Amino acid sequence: QMSKQLDMFRTNLEEFASKHKQEIRKSAEFRVQFQDMCATIGVDPLASGKGFWSEMLGVGDFYYELGVQIIEVCLALKHRNGGLITLEELQQQVLKGRGKLAQDVSQDDLLRAIKKLKVLGNGFGIIPVGGTFLVQSVPAELNMDHTVVLQLAEKKGFVTVSEIRASLKWETERAKQVL
Amino acid sequence: MDRFSWTSGLLELGETLVVQQRGVRLIDGEEKVKFDSGVLLLSTHRLIWRDQKNHERCIAVPLSQIVFIEEQAAGIGKSAKIVVHLHPASSNKEPGPFQSSKYSYIKLSFKEHGQIEFYRRLSEEITQRRWESMPTGQAMQVNKDSQAGRIRAVGIVGIERKLEEKRKETDKNISEAFEDLSKLMEKAKEMVELSKSIANKIKEKQGDITEDETIRFKSYLLSMGIANPVTRETYGSGTQYHMQLAKQLAGILQTPLEERGGIMSLTEVYCLVNRARGLELLSPEDLVNACKMLESLKLPLRLRIFDSGVMVIELQSHNEEEMVAAALETVSEKGSLTADEFAKLVGMSVLLAKERLLLAEKMGHLCRDDSVEGLRFYPNLFLTQS
Repeated sequence: QMSKQLDMFRTNLEEFASKHKQEIRKSAEFRVQFQDMCATIGVDPLASGKGFWSEMLGVGDFYYELGVQIIEVCLALKHRNGGLITLEELQQQVLKGRGKLAQDVSQDDLLRAIKKLKVLGNGFGIIPVGGTFLVQSVPAELNMDHTVVLQLAEKKGFVTVSEIRASLKWETERAKQVL
Repeated sequence: MDRFSWTSGLLELGETLVVQQRGVRLIDGEEKVKFDSGVLLLSTHRLIWRDQKNHERCIAVPLSQIVFIEEQAAGIGKSAKIVVHLHPASSNKEPGPFQSSKYSYIKLSFKEHGQIEFYRRLSEEITQRRWESMPTGQAMQVNKDSQAGRIRAVGIVGIERKLEEKRKETDKNISEAFEDLSKLMEKAKEMVELSKSIANKIKEKQGDITEDETIRFKSYLLSMGIANPVTRETYGSGTQYHMQLAKQLAGILQTPLEERGGIMSLTEVYCLVNRARGLELLSPEDLVNACKMLESLKLPLRLRIFDSGVMVIELQSHNEEEMVAAALETVSEKGSLTADEFAKLVGMSVLLAKERLLLAEKMGHLCRDDSVEGLRFYPNLFLTQS
């Protein structure tokens, strides 16, 4: 029956936790490995704060707290950047907020935390641009057109109407709208 | 600083390394001396400081010289420190960098952190006084004839071996962690398979699964972090845990909601609740699942999902439709407003301001003007003036 199996698993997890709980908190690399393995077998360790993973390994608290910090950073900077921030800057700002004694936070950590935040219906989005990502924190202001133009602009740092017309084959009006 | 003696930095026989930390500066009382950037080593017998740039420059003080230690928290632009109060130097002390000092204490400044762990270990060593029960090779050093050379060699080899062992152990720990992780995942995989087969049974209504067992099964899934493959019933993906959580939330959020005009976005709620909890935080999913149950549990708050997907919690007494009427008045007074302007006027978050204007539009009270300059709302004159 399932409860017996569950208890056994719980014991195994406790054993693992007593030996390696530190690794999760200290090593970003370990976290990535851990998350990937969970994904492969179809388990989401971040689904609930009441899950075994969260309770015994403390994975949950790490990411949920990160979620709060991400929200706060985005809110604080929204007036300046309109709700769009690069993953790098987000990382810098979050690390600053966490203070000198806190653990390191990798970009992978941030992305995972954001993916979870989307559940709250707040319009958090991750847009791949160039080799990195933009994090969007305002709902639905960006549509596909905007995104495509942003990616185009990424290459040179700017974009003009004629460029857009040439590479995307849009009419002038559409290009101007997006800009 | 006159309690320190020059040393080779090598551990004696019988002396064990406890912890070490880079980036430590030594301060004589309140004065900086030129011992700025070093590795601080704590052994069972001594406190050793080795210059990071010049490894030959190494000094140590016996732990027996320590009276007591204090922590000094970090400040703005200042590293955290440990203050070490010392007995006066003994007369037969080996020569060191300073003959005299006006201070009877030194400070260890941790420029690269590590202060907390170091303080803990140092406290332990001072309490345990292991140096008293572990005589070191110092007894042998008294023998200053040619024999001393050979004994020293043995000492060095022994120490090198110890360091090598320690290195291997650290590596082993890391690879052990990964190995254990793989084993753990294997077992987790079995659990996933098992849950899938049970889920199938439930779907096909085989095996006489009772309501009770279904509820228990759901909580198992929650514990394992497995997505619920069973079709939604009355509670959705909720469990007992979420029901309790919902009741808790109703209590916690009553006042904040009243302070914010009866409505808050779920994102705000997430931050508020988790900041208050400090530990054992809620996952976003936990929050959403709990909120979905608010209405069915007849609690005084409810979850509302706008067309745009934005989710809010509002007091039952709050009536967004009435707020729309007020919004229309505000917009009419000003002629037209954007979400930003409206938000500033009324003192709401831009997100919620926008939702209210959109709702007003949906109800036909406002019209939009969507241009490159932004989204602006006007009273719907088509309706009122035709």
